[in-house]
Parts: sequence; C-alpha cells; structure tokens
Amino acid sequence: MSAEPAEPAVTPTHDPTLKKPLVRIEKLVKHFPAGLGLFGRAVVHAVDGVDLAIAPGETLGLVGESGCGKSTLGRVIVRLLPATSGHVFFKDVDLTAVRGEKLRRTRQQIQMIFQDPYASLNPRMTVGDIVAEPLRNFGVARGRKASQRVQEVMRVVGLNPNFVNRYPHEFSGGQRQRIGIARSLVLNPTFIVADEPVSALDVSIQAQIVNLMEDLQSKFDLTFLFIAHDLSVVRHISDRIAVMYLGKIVEIGPSHAIRDKPLHPYTKVLESSVPVPDPDLEAARKPILLKGEIPSPVNPPSACRFHTRCPIAQPICSEVEPPLEMKENGRFAACHFPGQL
Amino acid sequence: MHAVDGIDFEVDRGEIVGIVGESGSGKTMTALSLLRLIPEPGKITSGRILYGDKDVAQMTDDEIREFRGNDVAMIFQDPMTSLNPVLRVGFQVEEAMAAHRRFTSQQARDRVVPLLQRVRIPAAKDRVRDFPHQFSGGMRQRAMIAMGVSNEPSLLIADEPTTALDVTVQASIIELLRDLSRELRAAVILITHNMALVASLCNRVIVMYAGRIVEEGPTRAIFKNPQHPYTWSLLRSMPRADEVEKERLISIKGMPPDLARMPPGCKFHPRCRFRIDRCLTEEPPLAEVGPGQIARCWVLMKNVENPEAEALK
Repeated sequence: MSAEPAEPAVTPTHDPTLKKPLVRIEKLVKHFPAGLGLFGRAVVHAVDGVDLAIAPGETLGLVGESGCGKSTLGRVIVRLLPATSGHVFFKDVDLTAVRGEKLRRTRQQIQMIFQDPYASLNPRMTVGDIVAEPLRNFGVARGRKASQRVQEVMRVVGLNPNFVNRYPHEFSGGQRQRIGIARSLVLNPTFIVADEPVSALDVSIQAQIVNLMEDLQSKFDLTFLFIAHDLSVVRHISDRIAVMYLGKIVEIGPSHAIRDKPLHPYTKVLESSVPVPDPDLEAARKPILLKGEIPSPVNPPSACRFHTRCPIAQPICSEVEPPLEMKENGRFAACHFPGQL
Repeated sequence: MHAVDGIDFEVDRGEIVGIVGESGSGKTMTALSLLRLIPEPGKITSGRILYGDKDVAQMTDDEIREFRGNDVAMIFQDPMTSLNPVLRVGFQVEEAMAAHRRFTSQQARDRVVPLLQRVRIPAAKDRVRDFPHQFSGGMRQRAMIAMGVSNEPSLLIADEPTTALDVTVQASIIELLRDLSRELRAAVILITHNMALVASLCNRVIVMYAGRIVEEGPTRAIFKNPQHPYTWSLLRSMPRADEVEKERLISIKGMPPDLARMPPGCKFHPRCRFRIDRCLTEEPPLAEVGPGQIARCWVLMKNVENPEAEALK
C-alpha cells in the first residue's frame, strides 16, 4: 500500500483532457420489470449507474455484446425511454427533469438514427412525409418551406430530391438508411445517437454510409454517439470508445489507444476476438476465449460484474466493486488490475 | 433468371474454401445446389457436381438422401430456427445419427455425450437433457455442429455460421470449426460476407458477384494482391485493423444488379471505377492472373496506376 494520501479519483464526467461536454450522463440507471422472481418482482438491470461525457464535435463509440445495455442507454439519453434514476445533461439542461416547452426546444437538437432501415420507416408514408415529419411535430415549418427543407436535406444525404413522392419499399437498404439520416438532419440537430446504423447493410454499402456520416459531421459540426457491436467500424469512425458489459461501462479511452493497449480485461478479450481482414495479422492474432456465458442482467454478479468470467480475477474482484476512474491521461477503466491481462 | 451462372470450383479434403459475396451474389444458391436443395421452382439447368466420381446432379432420390446424411453436413446461420424447440437437444443429436443408419440406436445414444463434449459444450452429461431454449445462441450453434459432424462427413458446408453470434462467441466457434476441419480431415466450404472470417479460416477464396465467380485464389494472394476491381474495392471498403490515422474508406457506388435485369458485358461495370469501353459490351472470361489465381476482368488491378487516388476522386 502506498503511503501518500490518495488523490480523489477522476470520473469520466470530469475528464480534464476533454472540452466542456455537450452531453453529460451521471449515475444513469434504467431498470425494467421482468415479471415475478423468487422474492417478489424481478428487475432487469439494463443500465446500472453509467457516468459518461460526450464532447462537442466528437464521435463517441459505444460497444458491447448483445444484452449489455448499449441500445437502452442510447434510448434513455434521447428520452425515448424514461430513466429510472440519474441524470442526462444536454448543455446543462437536465433532460430527465425538464418538461414542456423547454423539453421540446432541447429535444429538437437531439436526433436518432436506427439500425433497421426496413423497420424504422413507415411503409405507408412517402419519403417526403417521413423526412418532413419532425418539422411538423416540432412546428418548425410547414407547406412550401417544409418541402424546400426536405429537398435540401435529401440532396445533402445523396438522395435524388425528385423522389419525395416515392415510398420506402422502392429503395434499397443503403438508400433507406439515407432516408433515416435525412430525417435525423432535418431539424438541424447538434447531437445524433446512431444505434447500429450500418450493421444491417452489405459491406460495400456500409462504407458509403460511414463516409456520409463523417462528411455530415464535419459539414454541420455534429456530435455523434455511435452504438455498434462491430469494433472495427466503431474504431474507424470514433474519436473515443466506451466499452459496456452487463449494464456498466468498463472502459473509456481514445479509440486507437484502446486497441493498442486495452486496460480492462473485457476490452482485451473483445479486441482479441475480432477477426481482421488481413491473413498476416490473422495468423498472429491469439483470441482469448471466455469461459461460460454472459450472466443474466436480472441477477448480475456482485462487485465487478466481469469477475465470473475474467481470466485474471482475484478474490477482491467479487468483494469490492472497482469504480470507473482515470488510470492514465484520458483513459478510464473499472478494474482492480488494469492492463494486466 | 440465372441466380448462379457457370460456376466451376473444387474443394479437397482438409481444405477450407471460402465463398464470399454480398446478399444476392449467389453464394448460398451455389451451396444449396451442391446438396440439390434449391427451393422450387429453381433448378440446376446445366453442369455437374462431382463428389469423388459420383455426379450429385444425376443421383437417384435414395442416393441423394444417403449423400446428404452421411457424406455432407450443413451448418446454417440461425441456430434458433434450426433446432426443434420441443425436443431435448440430446435426442435431436441422436436422431440425426439414427436417421442415416450408420450407427445402431445404442451406438447413437452412447455417442451423444462425447459429441457434445467434442464441440465443447460444458457439462455435456447434464446438458443433453436440456431443451434448445435453455441453450444460449453459441451453445445452440455448437449443438448444430455436433449434429453435422455426428456422421463424420467428408464435406462440411457452413453458411454464415457466426453471423448471428456475439464476437466473443464467434471467436470460439471459429476455433471449433478450425479444429474440426483438421480432426475430420473434411473438405469445408465456408459461405460468408465477412472477409475477416475468410482471412482467419480459409486456404482459398472464391469471390462471387451477380451469380458469377469474379476472382479465385489462395487467401493470401486474394488479400494482398487482388486483381478484380470488385475484390479490390471490397477489401478497401473495410477499415484497416491497424489503421493509425483515420483513412477514408473506399465505397463502391450503386448496388448489385437485379438478377432479372443484368447489365450487358461485365456485370460489375456499372459500379466499376476502372472500366474501359470493352467492359460495357463483352463479358470477360476467368483468366489466370497469378499462381493459382484467376480473375474475370479485362483491366486487372495490376495495370491500374495509383488506384487509391482514382477511387477517392
């Protein structure tokens, strides 16, 4: 044990390497009821105490495996789902508390892009109506002004503005995703949550959408939360990456640093598991295989949630929960033994 | 419509061949036709499928049943819909063996637990009595693989075997497939859209586009020295794993052709940045471009100067 007095730990919302955050998430919790358990009501701990800051103009990637809570976190941030407890600040407005006109004005600056361009567009609405809907909902523009704005954003995302009267089924997957992006842009937002925006697309189309999102970001000064399970795409598009496991964020850091030197054992496992499209790098890659299955979020393990599967777990890991704190400049990990796997 | 048009390839014992392509490229149809499982009203209109020296296309119904059950195993993408939800997993594995009468029912019963152990299902002795819903996605895929290898097939066809699975689970299934191909000395055909999976597992790669083979060769040659513009662009449309600074991805404009309205000439020419006039009218043949490597292109990437700059224009 060191004799020096311990300095207070730095949390992700007070990252000194970051500009003043556009979005600040504090102790965010989202539980879902899961029917009756053995001792009364069972609860799914989908998001369980998340601290996160997103700087203006950056892309923050959020990765994790299915069921880790990443999509739920995205939905709570944009208020598609109410938070159980905790706060989401957007430019100092607490989205979990604000109501009425102020909520509308704030919410207008936050938009979402969804994974499935087949399910997220109403098949009975024309493309023009789909893209114009936010304008009407927020009472921003109607009539001629609205249709001018619609044509403008369609051009921006690479869709032919003459297609406003067509229906979603007349478009391919990649074009539909462009329609979804046009809808998210029409209100001129500052912050966009994109939930697996390219996972449903063919490889050659994925690059089109990734490039488009990068162009839009620099053109309109957008801030992205990019949620995905595909590490290679997330790493490419993101400035920083947050890794989630069973409702908690286990690591945050610059995307290339996380690849080159993961601090949390789970990040290391994830990085080692992804095959890469290069036979030489593949021959050198040694995947670390995890034992067991991902535990149930109804009854998550005590203390560090990864301890049941962690290759380097010690007794302390099941007794004391490691807080998510800064281990190096701009790098956060929730682990008693960071960087040791 | 020709979903698959004039495909020639061979797979040897102990070899893993990857068939890659995007949706609609004909990769799954190719695999299904190997088993004569093409959905109605589709049919094989011409060509031969030789297994050893038997022609699958000419087999009688009894012969094809025998062939599908004993010589070949197929592993599908979605392990959820491939298992019967009301039957115990162990019973389904046993049934797969019993159906083809290679083993007596007692032998089949005795082999279930070792098979589940072989595909690394933990506590296999207890888990044989579980129902599919008690298994996770990865475990279900393992059970499907156990069924597939239960008759010791000499040809294993895996159609997107890891696509529905999480990355950490994917990694263990990849390892399992690699080990099994060695142990069984089976020929393996891996059908996937995932180039990284191919780089990881395959000795040889077949790239399909619009129902045709556009390039084929040893894995390393295809990745390091692709000659068809489609292969080349596909590889550059993915972020590099060792990327240090953000590099612009090379996208392929447009989308694959509708099978009912195929363009004339080279089927890739409407999307190709390197096309010449000849590509618009005349379809190129597959020609040798390197040791064991063939490509269907009039131009070939080795003849293009500074293709990256051209593609990013």
